[in-house]
Amino acid sequence: MNKRDTPVPARRTIPDRLGTPLSRTLASWEVLLFGVAVLIFIANSLASPYFLDAWNLSDATFNFTEKALVAFAMALLIIAGEIDLSVAAIIALASTAMGAAAQAGVGTPGLVAIGIGTGLACGTVNGFLVSALKLPSIVVTIGTMSLFRGISYIALGDKAYGGYPDSFAYFGQGYLVWVFSFEFGLFLLCAALFAVLLHWTNFGRQVMVIGNNEFAARFSGVPVERVKFILFLLTGLMSGIAAVCLTSRLGSTRPSIAQGWELEVVTMVVLGGVSILGGSGSILGVVIAAFVMGLVTFGLGLLNVPGIVMSIFVGLLLIVTIALPILARRIRQARRA
Amino acid sequence: MTRLLKNREILLTGIIVLMVAGFATRAPGFAEPTNLANIFNDTSILIILALAQMTVILTKSIDLSVAANLAFTGMAVAMTNAAFPDLPLVALIVMALGIGACLGAINGFLVWILQIPPIVVTLGTLTIYRGMAFVLSGGSWVNAHQMTPTFLNVPRTVLLGLPVLSWVAVLVVLVFWFVLTRTPFGRAAFASGGNPVAAVYAGIDIGATRFFAFVLSGAMAGLCSYLWVSRYAVAYVDIANGFELDSVAACVIGGISIAGGIGSVAGAVLGALFLGVIKNALPVIGISPFAQMAISGVVIVLAVVFNARAEARKGRIILRNRNTTEVTA
Repeated sequence: MNKRDTPVPARRTIPDRLGTPLSRTLASWEVLLFGVAVLIFIANSLASPYFLDAWNLSDATFNFTEKALVAFAMALLIIAGEIDLSVAAIIALASTAMGAAAQAGVGTPGLVAIGIGTGLACGTVNGFLVSALKLPSIVVTIGTMSLFRGISYIALGDKAYGGYPDSFAYFGQGYLVWVFSFEFGLFLLCAALFAVLLHWTNFGRQVMVIGNNEFAARFSGVPVERVKFILFLLTGLMSGIAAVCLTSRLGSTRPSIAQGWELEVVTMVVLGGVSILGGSGSILGVVIAAFVMGLVTFGLGLLNVPGIVMSIFVGLLLIVTIALPILARRIRQARRA
Repeated sequence: MTRLLKNREILLTGIIVLMVAGFATRAPGFAEPTNLANIFNDTSILIILALAQMTVILTKSIDLSVAANLAFTGMAVAMTNAAFPDLPLVALIVMALGIGACLGAINGFLVWILQIPPIVVTLGTLTIYRGMAFVLSGGSWVNAHQMTPTFLNVPRTVLLGLPVLSWVAVLVVLVFWFVLTRTPFGRAAFASGGNPVAAVYAGIDIGATRFFAFVLSGAMAGLCSYLWVSRYAVAYVDIANGFELDSVAACVIGGISIAGGIGSVAGAVLGALFLGVIKNALPVIGISPFAQMAISGVVIVLAVVFNARAEARKGRIILRNRNTTEVTA
């Protein structure tokens, strides 16, 4: 499944001399990605006269805020060398649970608690299967993906839940100040929290170490299983929060809600410079990647491109962004040889 | 007796027989030969795709794009049939195999030459291929009345008691058995998944083996696209949505290790039949078809747990290869 065990040359070569701090910053993935984001922004404002409008841009943020919330947790998970393909199914199940509770007359605080609780419960199931039973996360989460969404289908069939309380709409439709939505604020807050967690805490260090060399991490006293369990729990939690926002924004729940989001979330993470093999990545990169994807889909939407055609761009973006650094490295190696 | 129980194929056959017997008590006629033949016919496409998926998984890869490949190729074949009704069926089938193999080759190329992890490649091409099916058709459907009678009827023609569709599946099973157990490619597929390092030292080109596994998988998806479109007499963008997971599930249930190198043709076929029996039994015993997704989810998770136990018991203690347990994205 990964290349770690095939005899390929070392992934990281240590150069004799590092470049100047400025040249290193300029060559970093985040700066490159930021350049891409700016280019897309300019291209969009040239392509459509409706693009440069504060409210329009505010609407555009809804394209990525919910996915990005999940992407932060997914980034940590992928850095640790695992993956969770069940996130979209967790959102569907949490949304279904909230819908059922709303039918029973539960108020807004209860609904939020149920949504987040369902996310945590699903994360616990994944975490238990992967860390306690030591199963490969990719198959486990393919299984739980079909299980979680399957439960939504059993509960709902071809029907839909609606009738959420009015105050519940705030999470997906409310604004903090002027054009800045609650979701956008939550997105920035979570970005800051996850950046601190990954880059400035012991826990974040442990995540990086596990992704780089799980074997060595174990021998260095890193509680590998516990860290992985917490990461799955965190992913479930963020999926639950995303479910609250999405359900509140749409105001209804169908079992096909958030279909295919797992792919977009993984794309966002990989586009953000997180190595799919684990061991490296930054939250800043994921934040910029979220903007890039949001701008691309929103710009294409303004140009009347249908959603399924946009998914071609998302797929291409995923493959090209992974292929380019590999090609660049190969060219550099060829030049050196 | 314990040795018999440890044999995955025999165990799985036993479970399937028990399931059929159990369902027969609830719904008389379930175990009738005609109904069993129906179930087999219904599962034929899954059997073919499970074998294709198995070949890819053996080489320590995964192909999540099979269903999208099926949708695109099916749309292309159906539209060609609608536009040129005079084209012989053989040409269409060759076309389906060709397009499927090309799409598979794209996956294989990215995995082989660019060394991108297979899961990422096929997650990407999954959306791309299905998006291409939309671009190709403009979102419209190809309906039964636009297809020629030959196109629709050949897989339904009954030969020696079974429809041609079932015979195609039988033929594919035999071909895969031969290819995987009696050819250098089959050996290479098992070796490059079982122990990639040793495979390289033994002179096996892992990348090329993976590439051909993806081409084979793509070609089978192409074949299935014709079978699917003619069986359901309709082609649209969303056909076989999520079917890639069914093919992975069939493999996992059949004891094919997701870490590569372990598995048998009989296992994949039985895994597919297991899912087929459940799928056909649900409406008969009065469970909502909406429950099917959740049930296959539970079955996948249980099968993974079971597989992990079985592999752990084999005792790799002396020559423990830590990499075999390290299956990540």
